[in-house]
Amino acid sequence: MYQEDTIAAIATGMTESGIGIIRISGKDSVASGNQIFCTISGKKILDTVESHTFHHGYILDDRSIEMDDRKNHDWKNHIIDEVMIVVMRGPRSYTGEDIVEIQCHGGILVIQKILETVLSTGVRLAESGEFSKRAFLNGKMDLSKAEAVMDVIHSQNEYALRSSMNQLRGVLSEKIKELREKIIFEIALIESALDDPEHISLDGYGPELQKKIDDISFVLQQLIDSFQNGKLMREGIQTVILGRPNAGKSSLLNTLLGEDRAIVTEIAGTTRDILRETVRLSGISLNVTDTAGIRNTEDKIEKIGVEKAIQYAKDADLILFVVDGSAMLHEDDEEILSILKDKKTIVLLNKSDLSTVVKEEDLKKMVPENARIIKISTVDHRGIDELEETIKDMFFHGQLQSSNEPLITNIRHREALQEALSSLNLVKKSIEDGMPEDFYSIDLMSAYASLGKIIGEEVGDDLIEEIFSKFCMGK
Amino acid sequence: MPEIREKVDVCVVGAGHAGCEAALACARLGLETVIFTVSVDSIALMPCNPNVGGSSKGHLVRELDALGGEMGKNIDKTFIQSKMLNVSKGPAVHSLRAQADKSEYSRAMRKVLEMQDHLTIKQAEVCDLLWEDYSCEGEIAEKRVIGVKTFTGAIYECKAVVLCTGTYLKARCLCGESITYTGPNGLQAANHLTDSLKKIGIELRRFKTGTPARMDGRSIDYSKMEEQFGDEKIVPFSFSTDPDDVQKEQVSCWLTYTNERTHEIIRNNLDRSPIYAGIIEGTGPRYCPSIEDKVVKFAEKDRHQVFIEPEGLHTNEMYVGGMSSSLPEDVQIAMYRTVPGLEHCRIVRNAYAIEYDCINARQLYPSLEFKKIKGLFSGGQFNGSSGYEEAACQGLVAGINASMEIMGKEALLLDRSESYIGVLIDDLVTKDNREPYRMMTSRAEYRLLLRQDNADLRLRERGYKIGLVSEEQWKEVQAKKFLIQKEISRLKNTVVGANSEIQNFLQSHGSSFLRTGTSLAELICRPELSYEMIGEIDKDRTDSVSAFKAEAEKLFGTVDQKLWNAVKEQVEIEIKYEGYILRQKRQVEQFQKMEGKKIPDNLDYDKISSLRLEARQKLKEFRPVSVGQASRISGVSPADISVLMVYLEHYKRMEKDEG
Repeated sequence: MYQEDTIAAIATGMTESGIGIIRISGKDSVASGNQIFCTISGKKILDTVESHTFHHGYILDDRSIEMDDRKNHDWKNHIIDEVMIVVMRGPRSYTGEDIVEIQCHGGILVIQKILETVLSTGVRLAESGEFSKRAFLNGKMDLSKAEAVMDVIHSQNEYALRSSMNQLRGVLSEKIKELREKIIFEIALIESALDDPEHISLDGYGPELQKKIDDISFVLQQLIDSFQNGKLMREGIQTVILGRPNAGKSSLLNTLLGEDRAIVTEIAGTTRDILRETVRLSGISLNVTDTAGIRNTEDKIEKIGVEKAIQYAKDADLILFVVDGSAMLHEDDEEILSILKDKKTIVLLNKSDLSTVVKEEDLKKMVPENARIIKISTVDHRGIDELEETIKDMFFHGQLQSSNEPLITNIRHREALQEALSSLNLVKKSIEDGMPEDFYSIDLMSAYASLGKIIGEEVGDDLIEEIFSKFCMGK
Repeated sequence: MPEIREKVDVCVVGAGHAGCEAALACARLGLETVIFTVSVDSIALMPCNPNVGGSSKGHLVRELDALGGEMGKNIDKTFIQSKMLNVSKGPAVHSLRAQADKSEYSRAMRKVLEMQDHLTIKQAEVCDLLWEDYSCEGEIAEKRVIGVKTFTGAIYECKAVVLCTGTYLKARCLCGESITYTGPNGLQAANHLTDSLKKIGIELRRFKTGTPARMDGRSIDYSKMEEQFGDEKIVPFSFSTDPDDVQKEQVSCWLTYTNERTHEIIRNNLDRSPIYAGIIEGTGPRYCPSIEDKVVKFAEKDRHQVFIEPEGLHTNEMYVGGMSSSLPEDVQIAMYRTVPGLEHCRIVRNAYAIEYDCINARQLYPSLEFKKIKGLFSGGQFNGSSGYEEAACQGLVAGINASMEIMGKEALLLDRSESYIGVLIDDLVTKDNREPYRMMTSRAEYRLLLRQDNADLRLRERGYKIGLVSEEQWKEVQAKKFLIQKEISRLKNTVVGANSEIQNFLQSHGSSFLRTGTSLAELICRPELSYEMIGEIDKDRTDSVSAFKAEAEKLFGTVDQKLWNAVKEQVEIEIKYEGYILRQKRQVEQFQKMEGKKIPDNLDYDKISSLRLEARQKLKEFRPVSVGQASRISGVSPADISVLMVYLEHYKRMEKDEG
């Protein structure tokens, strides 16, 4: 049989869906799944279960968690999601290899987090169409499917390349190129010295290289970190707070942030510009935009603020519509309601600490059918927990999704950066262990190749070119 | 005039380093062989540098020797200085280089050829290839070579031809404005064969290379130069040479440098260089640039090294390494005389550049047979390589495979994971080489496994199976393998405790204390310790080793001290670098999987619509033999390889269904 390493990928599409499936295939798939899955009572059972059976439990974000002491409930803080998991031992599986599939809630961030956790067990991210390829090569598909499989490989690869290129235009790819140039120069120096020891000397080179590697590693680590942040920023849920002036929008933002970020006064129209903040709710990232209250106004500056607010609302993934429950509904509220059509909305009936004038039943008739209504108070924090739970719930059930797309390439890039960094660490180790210089270039070359994957460049004859262009060799 | 017609098995065209190996291999395998040369006096001539080996080239010679080639033995007989390069580096890049007595080298090789049964030397220029259309199951499939014709009209009918024409095809030599239409060293060029090759459908191209001047040794002032000595303990090239036989007195080489004045003269006369004036059309190698090239391309360097090397013991001619040139004679004299020690030099032979016809080796299978012409093989500089060692290795492989084909046996195909020769041939027949190809250690991705010290362990068996390595030599390697394996496993399984004797031993060697028991192998891994050193605490060594040797002798014959020394070296390397070696072995497994997936000759790439257009064109053009080879063609992406693999599986099942 066609035996290969173990791979994983998101098997469901990138479209909105109730559940997401992460598929792991290969000889280490069960071992990998077992590291990160436990039952709801905290047992790791996956390596002992029968083939083709479903199990209920949790995916944990830290595979090193000690599960033996069941009284210790620490592990519960590491739960990413509650899932169903299935083991299908080869050859009775889609690819013919051992397969583990994790069915989780369909939000993109959850699926992605689980995939990253799977990859951290030493599994490789699958290439375009790789499951299908393995299935075919292992005789799990009949001949008529060959054409389709080849097309899938072809088109998915084109897609991955295109989206990768789109993301990489600009700074990041420049940075990667710069790092690669530095690395290949060092390899070329070592190699030319090996090929022509009488012309080029490597005396005292180890410590010098160590310094250079530290510099490169530092930049790589920065990239990995910024990648993480950048991704959350881009892929967070775009959330916009809307409401009439003085409904309590800025107070809501401050409450969610747990700090006084927005200036709050009793004067209607205090917030004239747009304020943006990132709020985290158990791993979900909300990019919250506080807007100027929407009303018909003659004030020029305020008017610009109102227009902007409407614009933001149109692009939002989620709208938090704040209604002043202590005042009568107003025609400005109705204007906002017209914006809400087609949008995921949570209606917040604020100032529930004061006497409520607005009736929930009345509101319900006006807002879109699926909108939830929650009574809150930004003064005594009533209802804020319920709001957070509601957002989480919507997210994990796939009702909420970031409008930004290709995360596959992101994960691939981060994996490549991580690989490069590990290779550089191996070089450092070789230097510290006092290994001869020719050992350095082996891992330097791996780092160079890993970085090349990000910008779609192969190694080819780069080294030979570099040697000849930078070093004067030969008789 | 009556026609001369001879009937032989193999015709080898050219008697340089490739031709000699090819002819010897064929004759030794029992095939009637003729080797043609334009001059019998130029057999195994070294027209450029007076040495054999060097970084990675030393590996090639070792591998050649393990397979049953002649170069290693011949240089062991005729060297005048020897040096192991890179000894301060890891074992993978240790490389042997020896200065040769050029005329002795040539004479010794000629003698080997003359003594060889089934081998005839013939001084004649081969002008024509004779061929016929070759049909397979009624269809004309390809062409097949059936003989050669010399300038005098003599016809040699044969079953295979090996072309090793070196730099002789339509050669011309340039020294400034003066151009001669000769081969190297003023020898007669081969001007007719090119047309015949074109007629049969071979595409030719033009490469160039160059050589520096030779000086009269009496005119050189060595007191202004640094003396370069050979090694005190000489290691032979050949696995069958007794190390005791090569310990001899050596001659020195000398080091000096160019300077600003040299560079100024060169810069002022660049317009008289045939390269910069555009007279030379051929592509030259970047790794051995002329001094003009160095001065132009590395303008920031204020000096370049110059090595003065003797050409032999019975001549006072000295080779000026590092200063090859095609500048005119007057500029050469002025330029050389600026170099310290060469102020009063007299030039015996001028430096010159040489242009010649050769092929893009992508027309060849990895067996070095032409894809379109059955029975026609080629090796050496004709294939677009450079260097005596590269040539010899190709010659050997081409000769072996010509023989294998005639005898109806499987071809010798070496891959990148088992030898530098495999890397060399794969690069030549797969990549788009635009200059004469030279071996370099950085070209071998699995070089930790491809060491010069283990070439016999890697390749002796192949040589034995082919028939070029004797039973005795093969048994010796088997004994070596057996002992290495036994001793490594003993060292891994012998545990020493953290007792005072061990701690004292460690302290005395500047090594840290043990906390718990550890194996002897783990101690050898420490950089400050070695196999030899831990003998002190390895109580069991003497007895166990004697037992192993006795066992090996029973199985394979005598185990002498030299063999045991070689075993110890391997044990130490295998243990010390085990982590790295294992990693490369895992990579090799992946690599071999792809090499093992063969692509049928008649695959129609146009039927694979999911291949990108560029990939399809490249694959159609080069027709790789395996998926592995396909993956190394530039312009073929990993996704194309996946598509190709799926199609091959599809194809295989279709065939099964039909058949």
